[in-house]
Amino acid sequence: MAINRDSNVYTIVFATIMVVIVGGLLAFIASSLKPTQQANIKNEKMQNILQAIGLDEMKELQRNDAGAKFNDFVKRRITINYNGEIVSDKTADDAIEPLDKLDAFNINLRKEYSRFVKPIMSKNKGNDAAIAAALSASEDIHFPIFVCENNGETFYVLSASGKGLWDDVWGYIGFKSDAKTINGSVFDHKGETPGLGSIITEAWFEDQFKGKTIEEGGVFTPIKVLKPGKDLNNHQVDGISGATFTGVGVDEMLTRNLEVYYNFFKNNSEF
Amino acid sequence: MSEEKKSEPLFSKKNKALITNPLNSINPVTIQVLGICSALAVTVQMDNAIIMSLAVTAVLIIGNVLVSLMRNIIPSKIRIIVQLVIVAALVIIVDQVLKAYVYDVSKKLSVFVGLIITNCIIMGRLEAFALGNKSWASALDGLGNGIGYGLVLVVVAFFKEVFGSGTLTIPGLGKLTIIPEAIYDMGYMDNGLMLLPPSSLFIVGIYIWVQKARNPELIGE
Repeated sequence: MAINRDSNVYTIVFATIMVVIVGGLLAFIASSLKPTQQANIKNEKMQNILQAIGLDEMKELQRNDAGAKFNDFVKRRITINYNGEIVSDKTADDAIEPLDKLDAFNINLRKEYSRFVKPIMSKNKGNDAAIAAALSASEDIHFPIFVCENNGETFYVLSASGKGLWDDVWGYIGFKSDAKTINGSVFDHKGETPGLGSIITEAWFEDQFKGKTIEEGGVFTPIKVLKPGKDLNNHQVDGISGATFTGVGVDEMLTRNLEVYYNFFKNNSEF
Repeated sequence: MSEEKKSEPLFSKKNKALITNPLNSINPVTIQVLGICSALAVTVQMDNAIIMSLAVTAVLIIGNVLVSLMRNIIPSKIRIIVQLVIVAALVIIVDQVLKAYVYDVSKKLSVFVGLIITNCIIMGRLEAFALGNKSWASALDGLGNGIGYGLVLVVVAFFKEVFGSGTLTIPGLGKLTIIPEAIYDMGYMDNGLMLLPPSSLFIVGIYIWVQKARNPELIGE
């Protein structure tokens, strides 16, 4: 070849052409696959919400079928804030607009947790009153409620997000019409240890929550994740041996989020 | 490293050796000591190990072929960066395709797909082989090293999953129970250490021991 491959000009021209080609190719692939990827994420969320209701018929629900069934069950989508004020209230007839950030379906709890909740909690560590005050003052923290109906029976699917050992953990909890008794739950995580913390997504862990309640004598009583093998009462579930911190994370996120929901349902007798 | 030129049959003895040598005498993990990091991390369940091996093999073959095709035009001063860009682009494409068409698999592999970029086998083979060889030989070298890597991963994952969880997760078959309930009832417990990365070091160590005991010519002076 006549070109001097060691010259600076050749090197720079080569690098420029390469970057343009690779950049263009990646941009093209990313934008052409994006709709499929987003549909996957949306369907998965719908699948999780439907499965959290805790109906047997939902156990085998496939991700791609969730979209078609979602509106048959989820009749109302409500978003509340930390103080229990409704900021968005949609029915099944209102389509889910991707741009409507306050629609309960579009609330990204994981993002809100890491961007708004976590800084407040680490800044006011140990001072529960200060945490509560900061959470209540924030306009960026939301709590979605999915009101579901099946054969005349009402269920509420609530969600929670927190931190496990390595990364985010989150879950959807289905309550019976009294909004105190758990009927089903779905947990997921981003990076818990496979075979240890990741067990929170398995059926035996999720099924334990069924029938537990978050009220005792008229006051909020959080669900506790204990070390496995203890005698359990109505507010306790078995943890996973070898995954203590994942359990602590699940415990913390349930306590923090369910309390808000509990107060909301207590103060709004229409539900 | 084997050198070859001239026209020769597609599966000549030399070319076959490109595939078979990495399985044993120049195995990327146990002899070249490349790609150890992912051998430690993605071996808790068999299915993750298998899918990771397939992904690495695919990236390795395509990367090797591309670099080999470009070997005469890549400026030597920036060849490492060029290799990195090619590998990074391939990995992003693999990641995007997994996310769109096999979402569950992509969720399972999560960060490990991105970490293929940093897998030393890929850069190692591009630098050591593809830059100096024709594309067909490079493709075979990629295939051989990919399989050699996968072999170690699968062996490690087998022991880790059986002794750590008592199961084997095979793609398509789901989770199979290997250790029967009766043995647990007699007081047997899964070994939690097997689920953690350090146990892979023991298994890889034993693998190398067995391998060298069977092939004395591999033992260095």
